Amino acid sequence: MRYAVICAITLGLAAPALADEQAIQLKKADGLDKVEANCAACHSLDYIQMNSPFPSAATWDAEVTKMIKVFGAPIDDADAKAIGDYLKKNYGS
Amino acid sequence: MITRRHLLGTAGAGAALVSTGIAFPKFAEAAISNLDAGLPAGTRGEATMERLPGKQPLIKLSYRPPNYEAPVSYFKTSITPNDKFFVRYHLANIPEKIDAKSWKLSVGGDGANGTAELTLADLKKLPAIEIVAVNQCSGNRRGLFQPHVAGVEWGNGAMGCARWKGAKLKDILAKVGLKAEAIEIVVDGADGPIVDKTPDFVKCIPVAKALEDTTIVAYEMNGAPLPHFNGFPARLVVPGWTGTYWMKHLVSIRAVTKPFEGFWMKSAYRIPIGKFPGVRFTSQESTGPNTPITEMMVNSLITTPSEGAKLKSGKTAVSGIAWDGGAGIKSVEVSADGGKTWQAAKLGKDLGKFAFRPWSARVPVGKGAQKIMARATSANGRGQTTELVQNPAGYHHNLYSSVSVTGA
Repeated sequence: MRYAVICAITLGLAAPALADEQAIQLKKADGLDKVEANCAACHSLDYIQMNSPFPSAATWDAEVTKMIKVFGAPIDDADAKAIGDYLKKNYGS
Repeated sequence: MITRRHLLGTAGAGAALVSTGIAFPKFAEAAISNLDAGLPAGTRGEATMERLPGKQPLIKLSYRPPNYEAPVSYFKTSITPNDKFFVRYHLANIPEKIDAKSWKLSVGGDGANGTAELTLADLKKLPAIEIVAVNQCSGNRRGLFQPHVAGVEWGNGAMGCARWKGAKLKDILAKVGLKAEAIEIVVDGADGPIVDKTPDFVKCIPVAKALEDTTIVAYEMNGAPLPHFNGFPARLVVPGWTGTYWMKHLVSIRAVTKPFEGFWMKSAYRIPIGKFPGVRFTSQESTGPNTPITEMMVNSLITTPSEGAKLKSGKTAVSGIAWDGGAGIKSVEVSADGGKTWQAAKLGKDLGKFAFRPWSARVPVGKGAQKIMARATSANGRGQTTELVQNPAGYHHNLYSSVSVTGA
């Protein structure tokens, strides 16, 4: 429901979990800052570990593209490339 | 760019944040060693046992949106207790609390003759029916597909079976009256996306399914209000069909005269046509060589002994559950020799054709490594598979159930 978004912003009915997510430890490498700054806006980063290490480079590229084109993530091209590179290098097959 | 920091600063100011879990790391270490060996290594590394408010510890796969499954040990009863019932959300903007008194369900759409707004009290005034039914995620056991496919990497526990009580959807639709041209019923819940451009999670079912006596809007689960994380105060219950249609926190029901075009129908939750049995959802088939997933496949789960158990050789008790898309379970067979020979299991209490059917057997276990297997057959003659039908999103996993044990 669209109104739910408005409620969330104005009333604070929903918000990302905090304490639990701090426990997520992604590999420290180039691009992690872009992953944290972009991907974590909409979902916790355990999704990345969970979906590893099986994705091929093409699969990770397709995932990043899907997040932008299908799910509307406002990620610019430079960040998208950095995120894709990070995922392929650290969580790919 | 929306940064997480920005989001937290906006949404979190002066607000009670959703606390989606309290970690129990010590307990986690013990329980998580039981994770299915077939899951991706990354999943096995990140999954933890954690407790959402109102829940027993569940296997946390993702915090936000919350996706938590039940360990196999929670399926030793054919009714899954509310606090052990799995949790699945697609989008992270979920309401922390819904006030039952002010909750309203809007009913209308271009396929309806009018509109209505129902309170929970209105819903409860309609004739109530109760039905025991399995709610299983389409992607249950996705994590066990080989090769692996992307998504929430579920093991065996993205399912549960409950006694649901509610009003028939057809009685709700009768409040507004359906036009002859109505083809689908579109349902939406109070949860939504973080970014406006993300497609909201909205689903539809064919009118014929909506009008079945067993399709209900449930406000009780196992004799209690629905747990928040299972859709409080009311959710759609579509017995026999996978969980994707069981809209949680239901707020809107619309009858439509044209096929609904939302992403979660048109692009997601689809399977190749002709590869699986089950009813077709023909009004949603214009977009390609695939069709929306509908009914669940025949399936079973061995709950005793547990994976990796060390057993005394000799006759050993094996038990578990079986279920399907609504034909009901006809038989379950068990093998203690990796599938070479099979014997009939004894079926337990029948709670209805949409429910988990318990079963048990005693099988001979020899010394050394053994594989105990189970396979179910439904009343309409369908069985489980020995070879998965590959499909892009990893739906309908129904390989024979098995556990590896060691006899001594």
